Amino acid sequence: METLLPLMVGTLFAVGMYFILHRHLFKVILGLILFGLATNLFLFVIGGLTRGGSAIISGEQQVATEPYADPVPQALLLTAIVIGFGIQAFSIVLIRRVYMTFKSNNVDDLNKENEHH
Amino acid sequence: MLYSLLSGILLAALAPQLQRVLGRYLVVPMVALPLLLFIYYCFFVPEVLQGQAVVQTYTWVPELGINLQFRLDGLSLLFALLISFFGILVMLYASAYLEGDPLLGRFYLYLTLFMVAMLGVVTSDNIFGLFVFWELTSISSYLLIGYKQVDKEARVAAWQALLVTGLGGVALMAGLLLLAMATGSYTFSGMLGQQEVVLQHTFYLPAVLLILLACFTKSAQFPFHFWLPNAMAAPTPVSAYLHSATMVKAGIFLLARLTPILSGSEFWHLSLMLAGGLTAIIGAILALQHNDLKAILAYTTISALGLLVTMLGIGSDYALKAMLVFLLSHALYKGTLFLVAGTIDHSAGTRDLTKLHYLGKQMKYSGTAATLASLSMAGVVPFLGFVGKEMLYEASLENYIMLGITLLTGTAFAAVGILMSYRIFWRRGEEKTQFDHHPDLRLYLPPLVLATGGLLLGLLVSVVPANLLQAAVRAVSGNPEMELKLALWHGFTPVLGLSLLTLLLGLLAYLFLPSLRNKVTAIHPLYRFGPNALYHKLFELFLHGSTTFILWLQNGHLRSYVMYIMIFFCGLLFFTLWRDTPGLDIQERIYQLHEVRLYELVIFFLVISALVFLMGTRSRLTSIVVMGLIGYSGALFYILFGAPDVAATQFLIETLTVVIFVLLMHKLPAFIYLSHQFRKYKFIAIAVLFGGLMTYVMLLVQQQAVDSELREYFGKASYVEAHGRNIVNVILVDFRGLDTLGEITVLAVAALGIFSLLRLNPEKGDKP
Repeated sequence: METLLPLMVGTLFAVGMYFILHRHLFKVILGLILFGLATNLFLFVIGGLTRGGSAIISGEQQVATEPYADPVPQALLLTAIVIGFGIQAFSIVLIRRVYMTFKSNNVDDLNKENEHH
Repeated sequence: MLYSLLSGILLAALAPQLQRVLGRYLVVPMVALPLLLFIYYCFFVPEVLQGQAVVQTYTWVPELGINLQFRLDGLSLLFALLISFFGILVMLYASAYLEGDPLLGRFYLYLTLFMVAMLGVVTSDNIFGLFVFWELTSISSYLLIGYKQVDKEARVAAWQALLVTGLGGVALMAGLLLLAMATGSYTFSGMLGQQEVVLQHTFYLPAVLLILLACFTKSAQFPFHFWLPNAMAAPTPVSAYLHSATMVKAGIFLLARLTPILSGSEFWHLSLMLAGGLTAIIGAILALQHNDLKAILAYTTISALGLLVTMLGIGSDYALKAMLVFLLSHALYKGTLFLVAGTIDHSAGTRDLTKLHYLGKQMKYSGTAATLASLSMAGVVPFLGFVGKEMLYEASLENYIMLGITLLTGTAFAAVGILMSYRIFWRRGEEKTQFDHHPDLRLYLPPLVLATGGLLLGLLVSVVPANLLQAAVRAVSGNPEMELKLALWHGFTPVLGLSLLTLLLGLLAYLFLPSLRNKVTAIHPLYRFGPNALYHKLFELFLHGSTTFILWLQNGHLRSYVMYIMIFFCGLLFFTLWRDTPGLDIQERIYQLHEVRLYELVIFFLVISALVFLMGTRSRLTSIVVMGLIGYSGALFYILFGAPDVAATQFLIETLTVVIFVLLMHKLPAFIYLSHQFRKYKFIAIAVLFGGLMTYVMLLVQQQAVDSELREYFGKASYVEAHGRNIVNVILVDFRGLDTLGEITVLAVAALGIFSLLRLNPEKGDKP
């Protein structure tokens, strides 16, 4: 699976990038979310994969026993996911606001609106 | 010497404030400074005349060889005296010329700054010091030319002068550095005596080319001469000071300073003679076809600078001597004529030759000054100009081309001399020009002093200037034994005949000037291809080109910016991969595929097919569902590789996202077809490139086992120190608790933003 995960993350990155480059507002949000997901998984993969052992010290031990997953990337990830969620939620609402104000679903139209003002 | 310069800079900075305090008496301290400097430099005269150089060193950045080293030898002293003496007169003159100008303080600031910078140029021994002062003269020249900033013409001219001389400044830095690398010394005195080394060095040609570029732009040599006539947009005291007597001679000074180091090669002599000769001829011809007094003087200045460069190019002992004598006499008479032209402009309100008649009656003193200066310019006995002209002829006798150039410029000078004195001051018969007001003492005294100086130095030529010029020529030639004997009267020699011939030709040229001018106007169409036109074309082209480029680069589409960033990022990654060429063990990776379990494979294909489906779907609801699916699959991977907390968070977040989406979906835009097919392929290409690179990077990183000390540390300390069994949670709430607080803050800010965006209602009068 160590070989397949990079492939999957790469595909996620590619699709996310493609959607970000799209000029439809809705697709831009989808792209942002996919890109965030891909970045999180990227961190996870780079941090090293450990199969089967979670970063929890079992009941009778004082210290963690091998194999246990590296807790540092996980802590980073948790933070990243939560902040990513904040950004996602904000961008969804922002795009809704933009759509309602400009009545357009095309990123390029926003420029034209600017020129009129 | 450093303190004298620093005091000048200090006074310059104070000038605008002083104007408020002193009012019209501002002129007193401003004149006192150059006077004190002049006296200060006079004290060095005996020492320098004995052949010693005054050296003063202040360490600045010794590690880099950048020190404030000042060295006063004969050449420097000649220039320093000239600069400070001119400074006295010009400061005095300017106070009358710009009387009542509310910005006079600022004018004095620029002018004093310039004077200090110029003194710095001629006394610096360290190449970095020279460069700094050199650039400072360019900048103060820019400020002075653009002094009448409401004039568009003045602004354009100032900008042009700055660009041209600034280009030279860059070349100068490069050239001097090459020279320093060749000689291993950062001072001119250290480079002396290394002529052989420099001539053999591979850096010789590029260094000479760059330094010549610098000197030619500064001293307005063809084809860079065009900025000087335009610079006449400056107030006349500036034209007299900077653009005839001092700044434009900085190039000549540097060439003279470097003559003992760089001369000796055919390239040096030929290029100097060629550029100087061309400049002399062009200046002489162009001078005769203008009606504006300042334009005429500007072109004769160019011509004179050309002659000076030519003499340096000839490079014989006699030519160097002639160069220095001519330089001194030119500074004296040209400064006078400029100042007189300014007086006429100030009093009569015009500089047009055709409107000026019989001025001598009303401005006797200015007329006298102009006449004395013109006689010196024409080369009449017993003026210093005569001595200079004789020596020029003597130096160019060996070469007929040089002789022709000298004769032609001499003729033009004589004609202009008659024009500037007899024609506008003394010729009777036509009705005289009406004056607005008569010039006061401060306007006619300085030119009179200068002109009388030309006469006196001519009469006393064998006594006063000879010693100083001898010290200077020793510095230029690098030969401390060289003798310079000057005499006013050489007897009846061929050179005297040439002098008389020049005067005769000058008279003829003056008489036939109107018809000559008509013939010369035939070449006017050529101006469209001249350097000035070329400069403006290049300038426009540059502006236009940069506008087009910026509009193309920053087109206002977020997409393009993302694209540039991605392309650049991929380029960087490619570069790093190419440079380090880490190998990827593909066989090993394919072998690892055997360990893949069935349920992992299922999730993998689920995600991939979901992504493919997402690309094609046209329904918003479907895509939200598919997004959820992908998110949950990601969470499953977290579970499989030992990260249950991350997975839980992911599940939660994914659910929330879907909920938000569904809640707001009816207010989000529907899908329609937007992109062109071609664009799509471009985006796909970039996306695939990026994804592929990221995959490759991940595969590479996986090959290197990550051995983290932090993992060990947290594994050991989590329960013992923080009494928590879930290490991830302990890190978040205990070891890095403050970070989590920050994270919460970010979420709170986002929530505030969301809240205000939802409540904001532009239709009801809120601002969007």
